[in-house]
Amino acid sequence: MSIENKEFKPKIVAFCCNWCSYAGADLAGSSRLAYPADVKIIRVPCSCRVNPMFVLRAFEKGADGVILCGCHPGDCHYTTGNYYTRRRMSLLFSMLDFIGVENGRTRVEWVSAAEGVKFSTTMNDFAKKIHSLGENVRLGDIRCKN
Amino acid sequence: MQELINKSKELLASGSINRVLGWKAGDLSYNPEPAFFTSEEELADFIYDDFCAANLSKFMIEAAKKEGKTLVFLKPCDTYSFNQLLKEHRVDREKAYIVGVGCSGKLSTTKIKEQGVKGITKITTNGDTLEIATLYGDKSLNRSDVLLERCHVCKGKEHRIYDELIGESKETSDRDKFKEVEMLEKMSPEEKFAFFQQELSKCIRCNACRNVCPACSCRKCVFDSDKFDSAQKLNANSFEEKMFHIIRAFHVAGRCTDCGECSRVCPEGIPLHLFNRKFIKDIDELYGEFRAGEDAETVGPLTSFTFDDAEPQEAVERG
Amino acid sequence: MYKIARDKLPALFQLLASEQELILPINSGNQVNFGLWSEEAEVSLDALNSVKSPKDAFFPQGEDLYTVKKDGKKLSIELGSLKEQDFVIFGMRACDYRGVEVLDKVFLSDPVDNYYKARREHGTIITMACSEPEETCFCKVFDIDCTTPGGDIQTWLDKDALYWQPVSEKGVALTAKISELFTDGDEEKVEAMKKATQEIVEKLPYADLSLKGWGAGMTDEKFDSPVWENLADSCLACGTCTFICPTCQCYDIKDYNTGSNVHRYRCWDSCMYSDFTMMAHGNNRTTQMQRFRQRFMHKLVYFPTNNEGMYSCVGCGRCVGKCPSSLNIVKVIKKFEEKGE
Repeated sequence: MSIENKEFKPKIVAFCCNWCSYAGADLAGSSRLAYPADVKIIRVPCSCRVNPMFVLRAFEKGADGVILCGCHPGDCHYTTGNYYTRRRMSLLFSMLDFIGVENGRTRVEWVSAAEGVKFSTTMNDFAKKIHSLGENVRLGDIRCKN
Repeated sequence: MQELINKSKELLASGSINRVLGWKAGDLSYNPEPAFFTSEEELADFIYDDFCAANLSKFMIEAAKKEGKTLVFLKPCDTYSFNQLLKEHRVDREKAYIVGVGCSGKLSTTKIKEQGVKGITKITTNGDTLEIATLYGDKSLNRSDVLLERCHVCKGKEHRIYDELIGESKETSDRDKFKEVEMLEKMSPEEKFAFFQQELSKCIRCNACRNVCPACSCRKCVFDSDKFDSAQKLNANSFEEKMFHIIRAFHVAGRCTDCGECSRVCPEGIPLHLFNRKFIKDIDELYGEFRAGEDAETVGPLTSFTFDDAEPQEAVERG
Repeated sequence: MYKIARDKLPALFQLLASEQELILPINSGNQVNFGLWSEEAEVSLDALNSVKSPKDAFFPQGEDLYTVKKDGKKLSIELGSLKEQDFVIFGMRACDYRGVEVLDKVFLSDPVDNYYKARREHGTIITMACSEPEETCFCKVFDIDCTTPGGDIQTWLDKDALYWQPVSEKGVALTAKISELFTDGDEEKVEAMKKATQEIVEKLPYADLSLKGWGAGMTDEKFDSPVWENLADSCLACGTCTFICPTCQCYDIKDYNTGSNVHRYRCWDSCMYSDFTMMAHGNNRTTQMQRFRQRFMHKLVYFPTNNEGMYSCVGCGRCVGKCPSSLNIVKVIKKFEEKGE
C-alpha cells in the first residue's frame, strides 16, 4: 500500500442549514477565520432536511467524516426542525456505532449565524478528529475509491 | 381450529363479511400459506397450527382495497402490526372483522432442520414435545428448542385490537429481548464490524424482509425507484449491504412492532431483528419506553420530541 | 473408479486449490453456500443443498460489463474482464448440474454470452451424488438421477471415503494431475450406495408428482387458465425463489455512477419484481398474478417449447423450503392437476 507515503487528505462533508450555520460559515469567512479546506459545505434549508440516506451517501462516495450543523435548539427558522434532526441523528449515529463504524466520524453541532468563531473551531476540531481516525474504510463504496 | 372454521362459515353465510383471511394447509407437514377464502368449500383447506407464523396484518393492506369486509385471524403479536397500520391509515378498520386467535408460540422449520432433522414426513405436537417422522427414522424434539426467535421474546397473550377472541394463548417469553443487542454493544468496533460484515455478506437482496414487513407499507419503496443510484437487486459490495439494511431499519424505526417476520423469512438466516431491536432499545432509553402498535393513537418517537432530548454525541457515547 | 479416504479430503482440497481456484460448499454465518476454499473455511459436504445455488460460479449475481472512464474531457471505455483463471467447483448436486445445462442452453446458444462462456471453459465441475435426499426434493420428476450426477467428474461420499469417477476429458485430465492421492475404488460399494438412495427417492413425498399437461406447446392451454387467479394471492413479490434457483437466468443491466466513472454492470433480476422488464411505456405485466404466472410458465412451458422439451426446473426444492409464504412450483403443479386443467 502506498497510503503511508501519501499525506492523508480527509474528505469532510458538512451539511449546513441555510439560516444559521451557513451564515455562520459566511461570518467565519468574512472574519478571516481559518478552517480546513477538507471541509466541503452542502447547504440545506434546515438540518431536518438531512435524510439519513444523505449521510450514508456521503460516506459511500468517499467522505471520511460527516458533520451536520443547524440552528441551536429553539432557534430553528421553521420552529421545530432541528428537534427532529436531533432524534434522528442520535439514532442513526448510534446505529453506525452498533455496526462498528468509528463513532467520531459523525457529528452534530449547533452553530448560529453569529457564531463564526464556533464554526471555525468546530470544523478545525472535527477535521483533527478525522485526521486521527484516518481513512474511512468501513463504510465506503470501493468503486468510488479510484 | 374447528371453531375458527365455524365462525368463518357463519359470518360468510350471514353476508356480513365478503372473505376470510387465514391460512391454507400446505402439501408438507409444515408449510401452510396465507390465503383468502370466499366460500364454505374453500374453507375445507383452512388450517391453524404451530406453523401458521405468517403475520396476516400485512395482507390487510391489500384486503382494504377490496370490496366489503374481510375477516382476519390475528395472533396477539399480529395485532400490534394491525394497530400500527391503522395509525398510518394503511388499513381500514371498517373493512376488517378481527378475530383474535390463541397462540402458544409458533415453530421454525429452519430450527427443526438445524437440529439435524432430514426428510420430514410428518410432525405431530404432543404437549411440549414434537414427534417428527422422517425418512431416516423418528425423532422427538423439545418444542421450546424450535420456537421462532420472536416467540422467545413474546409480547404477551393480550390482543391489542379485536372484534372477538377465540382460543387460549400462552406467553412463551423466556429471554430478555435486548440481550443479543447488549452483547453486541459491548464488543469492540472491530468485532462489531466483523460480525455484521459476516452476516450481511450473506444477503442476496431478495427483499423478502422488506416485502413481508408490515411496517414497510410504502406504495413505492425508495429502493425500487428508478432514480435511485444504487444496485437495488444486488449486494454489489459491503456498502450496499449495510445501506439497505440500515435504511430499511431506520425507515421502520419507531414503527416496527418487533414482529420478527424479517428474521423468520430471511433465506440466509440473517438476524435482521437485531437492527430493529437496537433502534427500539435506543428509543426506550433515550425517549422513554415505547412499544409501536400498542394502540393506534400515540404519536411515534420519531415524529415527536422534547426540548431536553439528548444530543447525538451523548446518545452515541452513553455506552 | 478411484477412492480417497475421508480424512484425506483436506489434502485433496489443498492440492486442488494450489493449481486453481477451488469453489465448494462452505459454512459461514451458520449457512452453507458455495464459496472460495481457504484453509480456515469450514467445508460442509453433508449439507444437501446450499442456500444459494452454485450457478454463481458461472453466472454471478453481479458482474461489470464495462466501465466508462472520464479523464478531463476525454471518455474511454474499458471492457469488463473475462474469466482467465481455471477453477474447480466441487460438490455440485445432480440437480444443480442440470441447472448448469439449462443455463448452457441460454448463454451458449447464439448469441453466445462471452462472460458465461469463459467461465464454463475455465471451470471443471466435480459433482457429488446425494445419499440423504430431503422431503423437498423432486429431481426424479425431471428424470434426474441424483445418484449419478454427471459433470466432469462425479463422486460419491460415504462415512469413510469419497469415490471418484472422471466422466469427461477435462475430468480425466484433472484426475491425472492429482492421481497420487487416489487408490482404486470399489464399484460394488458405489452401486450399493446408489441403490439405497434410489430406494429413498421412491419414497419421497413428491415422488409421484406428474407433469402431465405441462411442457412444450402448452402455452394456449395454460396461459388463460382460471386456476392462476388465486395462486399468487399470498405472493409477497420478493425475489427469494428466483435468487436461490439454479436455473433462473434473467438479468437486468444497470449503471453505477461513481462520480468520476460509470460502471455498466448486469445483475440477476427477478420476474417477481414490479420493475421486471420495465420499458419506456411502462410494464407489460401489471399484476402479481401475471408475474407469478410468468415464472412458472417460463419454467414449465416456454423453456421446454424453445429447448426440445427440456424443463427449466430441476426439482432441487430450494423454493419449497424458502418461500416466505410457502408458495412453490410443486403447489402450482398440484393445483392444476387437482382442477383438471
